[in-house]
Formats: sequence, C-alpha cells, structure tokens
Amino acid sequence: MRSHLGTRVLQVIPTILLVSVLVFALQQLMPGDPAVVLAGEERGDPVVLAQIRSELWLDRSLPVQYLHWIGGVFRGDLGFSWRIRQPVSELILTKLPVTLQLGGMAFLIALCIGVPMGILSAVYRNKPLDYVANFVGLAGLSTPNFWLGIMLILLVSVQLGWLPPSGYVPLVEDWRQSLATTIMPAFVLGNAIAAVLMRHTRSAMLTAMDQDYVRTARAKGLRESRVVLRHAFRNALVPVVTLGALELGTLLSGAVLTEQVFSIPGFGKLVVDAVFNRDYPVVQGVVLVTAALFILLNLLADVLYTVINPRLRTA
Amino acid sequence: MRRLLLAAAATLLATTGLSPARAQAQTLRIALREDADILDPTLARTYVSRIVFAGLCDKLFDLNDKLETVPQLALSYAWTTPTELVIKLRPDVVFHDGERMDAEAVRYSLMRHLTMSGSFRRSEINVMDRVEVVDPLTVKIVLKAPSSPFLAQLTDRAGMIVSPKAAEAAGKDFGLKPVCAGPFRFVERVPQDRIVLERFAQYWNKDAIKLDRVTYQPIPDSSVRLANLQAGGIDLSEQIVPTDVPAVKANPRLRMVESDSLGYQTIAFNVANGPRAKTALGQDSRVRRAFELSIDKGALVQVVYNGLYATTAQAISPASPFHVAGVKPLERDVAKAKALLKEAGVALPVVVNMTVPNNPDLRQVGEILQSMAGEAGFDVRLTASEYASALSAANRGEFEAFVTAWSGRVDPDGNLFGFLHSGGVLNDGKYANPKVDALLEQARAVADVPGRRAIYAEMFEQTKQDLPILYLWQQKNLVGMSTRVSGFVPVSDGMIRLQGVSLAK
Repeated sequence: MRSHLGTRVLQVIPTILLVSVLVFALQQLMPGDPAVVLAGEERGDPVVLAQIRSELWLDRSLPVQYLHWIGGVFRGDLGFSWRIRQPVSELILTKLPVTLQLGGMAFLIALCIGVPMGILSAVYRNKPLDYVANFVGLAGLSTPNFWLGIMLILLVSVQLGWLPPSGYVPLVEDWRQSLATTIMPAFVLGNAIAAVLMRHTRSAMLTAMDQDYVRTARAKGLRESRVVLRHAFRNALVPVVTLGALELGTLLSGAVLTEQVFSIPGFGKLVVDAVFNRDYPVVQGVVLVTAALFILLNLLADVLYTVINPRLRTA
Repeated sequence: MRRLLLAAAATLLATTGLSPARAQAQTLRIALREDADILDPTLARTYVSRIVFAGLCDKLFDLNDKLETVPQLALSYAWTTPTELVIKLRPDVVFHDGERMDAEAVRYSLMRHLTMSGSFRRSEINVMDRVEVVDPLTVKIVLKAPSSPFLAQLTDRAGMIVSPKAAEAAGKDFGLKPVCAGPFRFVERVPQDRIVLERFAQYWNKDAIKLDRVTYQPIPDSSVRLANLQAGGIDLSEQIVPTDVPAVKANPRLRMVESDSLGYQTIAFNVANGPRAKTALGQDSRVRRAFELSIDKGALVQVVYNGLYATTAQAISPASPFHVAGVKPLERDVAKAKALLKEAGVALPVVVNMTVPNNPDLRQVGEILQSMAGEAGFDVRLTASEYASALSAANRGEFEAFVTAWSGRVDPDGNLFGFLHSGGVLNDGKYANPKVDALLEQARAVADVPGRRAIYAEMFEQTKQDLPILYLWQQKNLVGMSTRVSGFVPVSDGMIRLQGVSLAK
C-alpha cells in the first residue's frame, strides 16, 4: 500500500513537468506575436518591439525562456501578468475560490436534478415519466451553455427581475448576494452534467433492478421505495460516483464559457482573457495549476480506491 | 429530507427577493466592453483604461463637447515661441495621497511619460525636449520642433499628472494602486470583475462631483451588457451595439445618448509590405479605386448597423474642426469600376484575400463586401481572424486587405501621420508617397486650424488617388443609460466624464 502510494506520488512530478513543457510549447503555436499585441499603437516601431521583447525575455531562445519560467515556478513565482502587472499567483488565488464555488454549486445542482430523474426514469421505464425525463436529459445535453445562459438572463433577470444578470459577490462578503449572483450560472453549468448523470443513473438503475437481489427483496415483501432506494440505488451508485468525479473536468471546462456569459471573474474568464491578450504567464500559470489540481485529485481518487477496495492494497 | 427541501426553498426565496439595483444610490455602475489593462497612464494601452482614467486622473488639459482644448490642471497656457509652451498651473490641487500638485510634479510626470522603460506615451510626446520648472506653479515645455498636435496630446494620457512620491515608491507597479489628482481615488480592483473608485474629498473641483462611488465592470458580451442595463444591474453602458439601440430606446427606464465618435472603420491595403503586396490590388491604385467604386457603403452600414453609422472617405470625424467637408464618400458605380479594371488590364476575376476580425458584425461586413465587389469582377476571399493574430499578421505584412478600425484621436495628426507617412508606426501596408509625407510634416508645423485643414484637404486629394486605405464609416458613441442618470455630457472621444453626473434615487 505504502509503496503503491509512493510510486504514484513519484509519478506526479514528471507528469507535472511534462505538462509544463506542453503548455509552454503549445503556447508558442498560438498565432500572434505577444510583443505586437502589447505594443498596441506602437506596434510598427521596432525599438518599442525590441524593448518589450527584451523586458519579457521574448528575445531569448525557447529553452532559455522555458527554464526562466519553470525556475520561477519552482521558487513559487509564477511571474506577473503582462497586461495588468499583477502577480499570476495572486490572480490565481483570487480566481480559484470563485470557480470552486461555481463548480461546487453546479455539481450540487447536477446531483439534485440528475440522480432523482435517473431513478424515476428507471423505475417508470417506458412510461410517460421516463419519456419526459429522457427528453429533458437530451435537451440538457444538447443545449449550448452560452445560449441557455443568455436566455435565462433575459427571462429571470430582464423580464422577471428576480436575479442580477451578471457579476459576482464573494460568499464571505454577502452570502445571499453571492448565491443570487451564482445560482443562475451554476444552473447553466450543472444542467449539462445533470443530463449525463441522469442517463447513467438510469442505465445503472435498470441493470440493478434486473438483479436477483432486487427480486428477492421484492419477494420478501419490502416496500417498493425501500427496494429502489436501499437495494437497487446503492448498487447503482458506484458507476455514478465514478462518472461524477470524471465530470468535474467538464465542470471546469464548462466554466470557461459560463463565466464569460455571466461575467463571473473566475478561472475560466481569466484564461480566456489571457489567451486573447496573449498574456502568456497567466495562461501558463492557470493551465499548470489546473493540471496539478487534476493530477492531485486523481492521486486522491487512487488513494481512496485502495481504501475502499481492499483487493487493490496488495497490487 | 423535507426539512432540507424547505430550507433550500427558503434560501432561494430569500435570494431571489434581492433586487439587482440594491447597490447604494450614489454609486454609479458603468459597464465596459472589456477589462482595462494596467492603470498607469504611462504604461496603459487600451481604450477602456482611458475611460477609467477619466474618473481617476486629471490632465493638464481636457476637451469640451465641441472638442476644444480647455484647461484642467492647467490654468492657462501660452506659446512664447513656436517651440516653447508655458503652462500656468491651478493652485491648491492635491493628489489622492495628500501631496501637492505643482510644477515639479508636472515635470516629473511628463518626463516619466517620455523616458520610462515601456512607456506608451513616448511616441505621443517625443517631440518634447525638456520641461523646465519656472516657479512652483509654472512650467515651460521646450519642444525639439514646432508641433501643432502637441497640445492635444496633453488632453489625454500624456497629459495626466501622477503623484511623484507614489510613482517613485511603486515603480512599475504604480498601476496596481494609482495615485493621481482626479475626482475619484482608487479603492480596489478585482481583475475582470470590477474597478472601484470613491469620491476624493479634496478634489479641486469637488462641487462638480455628485457621486460617492463609481464601479467599472467589464462585460464583454454585448447582449449581456444590454441585459444588465435592462435589469438595472448597471446604470450606464459605455457602448451599446447598433442592433441593440432600438431595445434601449423602447425601454421607458432607459435612454440613449448618441454622439459622433472620433473612431472609424477602414480597409487597409498592403501596397509595399513584403511579397503579399505583389498583387494586382497592391500594385495598381486603379484596382483599389475600382474596389472602392464597387462598394455601396451606405447599404453596408444600413444592413449591418441599422444605418446608425455615417459613411466616410476620410480619417477626420465630422465632429472635428479639421474635418474636410469636400472629401465625400463615392457613390457606387459598378460600370466605372469595371472600366477601371479594364484600363488596368488585370485578369478577371481579381482575387482579393481579405482579413476580417472574427466577430459577427465584421464577418457580415466581409460577406457584403464580397458580394458587392463580386459584381464588379473581384473574387473576395475572406479569412476571419482573431484580432490579436490579425494585427500581428498585418504588422508582418501577411495580408492583402485588412478590415480594421481606429478609435480616433482628437488631433487629426493622430489619425493620419502614423497610417499614411512612410515612417508611420501604424502604416502596415508600407504606403510611401513623398508628397503625402511632406504635407503631413508641414501640417505638424502649422498652428491655425484653417491652415492645417487646407493641407489635409490637399493630402486627401493625393490619398484618394493612391488609396492605401479605404475609409468605410465613422463610428458613433452609443451610450446607454438608466433614466436615473443625469448630467452626462457626451464628448466625441467617448470618455465618460463624471463631472456633473448624478444618480436619482
């Protein structure tokens, strides 16, 4: 167990290094010279361009630029934003809680909608409720986030005046206003995941409902609700939980669009703006931190699997 | 479970009961089309940062609604010789950190703009040789050569005076916490979310300031910006897209304030920048003129922008006293266009690879141009490109025709010299005509308006023939606001000046 864990931890370091090389290299493929973008109206002046390139190390070879950056990363310095001169680590620390809150709420919404709908549609298989749930699920899957976002803004904010159309208030500042600003984007973000969860819960439930232990439970005269929730659902939950964890990735990528539509100052918006402004240190920092988070979460999942499943401990 | 549901419902109700307009009555919330870059007048580049500076940093001079230069931190000025400008400063002005704004601060700020590494003001004021402190409230600016556009530069960021103490202490990080002498002082900035300013009690013109706070919120999506305005989430949007104007006008709680903008849209042609200039379009001005004749600019503007923008044939706004009335857009004439192409002896169809910024309205513009020019014998092939990439490509000469825009400057030199002079830093197509160069240089040395206008009129006669740039339309400043906002005076530079603006409860 301990050696397994040790191996996994050791694997993390080269993986993150590889990610850092990839991020750095892929960024070079982006069209558009950052010096020209930064030079703005003076883009035709070679002196200005040379000055910018020199200041930002853009006139050095790529390996030197990479080593300069990664050296800083190892010292805990992710550089500073070329556009607003704020340290990247500071930007990330400000934005991460926003996206985590949005993602957490979205996931909660997805669970609250997707799982009960999946159960109901399995229980009422081929009945009108199943068709309705399937239709809703399909609609959720095929509705683009940005469209749903704008439609909701028009309905809920403009027509009904119930919620602010965009912006963000931190939880610690005013929790009610914070919920008011995030509930709509969280719903948009959670909607697509709810649909996926619903589909998977349904199929897992259908498989479970056909099992012998369900028939036995029914034969014992248990109430149907108990059969469904206690016996079938518990067993159907394993693949659903795995899928839920995988969908966290979808949440983060979905946040990019949703944050843009609702002007939520989170990770997604940070990286989009940085890409458009060729703010390389920000792009690099955000992608590296996101990748590190993913890798760490995977590591955590691996550890949890070994805790849950004793057979893995000897592997 | 039931208790949980009830609690959730109660929370939702409590939350939904919140009105978006819950903010304090005297806080003006302004939506910007994008986030500002660094809030240092020396290092800032973006248009929207200028809007924030309008509340934060006063300048030596300002513009009034007639685009006339009026003193702001200056009290008066006089050209003692064509190269010496003496400025008397307003007494009893203090910066947000309590330091006194005096001649030394002016000298420091101007030299910082001129010499600081990475300064974007340098090219605007590089005609300046030195600044001398005459007495605590008088400075003398000595130029290397006469320059009629110089004073206009001091009405924008190059004329902003910063606190020397704060600027020295912060160095290049000054923009994280700027200290100027404007009506509002910096409170906080959450990148991509908001910039908050609060009223500066010791502002020299404090009676003109009615607001307690101003919040600038970047909302890039125009539909979301409009929705925010409609829902009361913001009080003023610095830019409403033309297709949203009817929605604002139809809303009794909103109003539109329209004014002529200094900004305009063009098609830049690559005439001499690398191998991509070696096309019929790049090498023969008759082909470019035929292209212009094939376009109905009025129809274009009508279709894409509801006819809100005015077609143009020059870089000087009708709002400017330098506007040359005689330079008018050509009527579409397909027969004449075809005749010009025949005269040029080019093989038909003439292929034109056109770069268009990848946004919905300009893509539509590209498609309409394609269709119109097609009737005259052009085969326009469109490449929609993200703006930063397109700009870099244009700089390297990797374009044939590029649909691009310029936010415009109050002095026409800022719209012409950089683009049309052979040494101009924005002359992506590398157009060079000694006559045009000479006229542009001559205009810089002439002080009076009619004299300069006559020089520009002569220059336009030449550029109309050469057509390195095809001017399409003049933009408009379309500011949407709540009817609660009053006292806003539009100026063609598009800045949101907060003097006199108030918010009804």
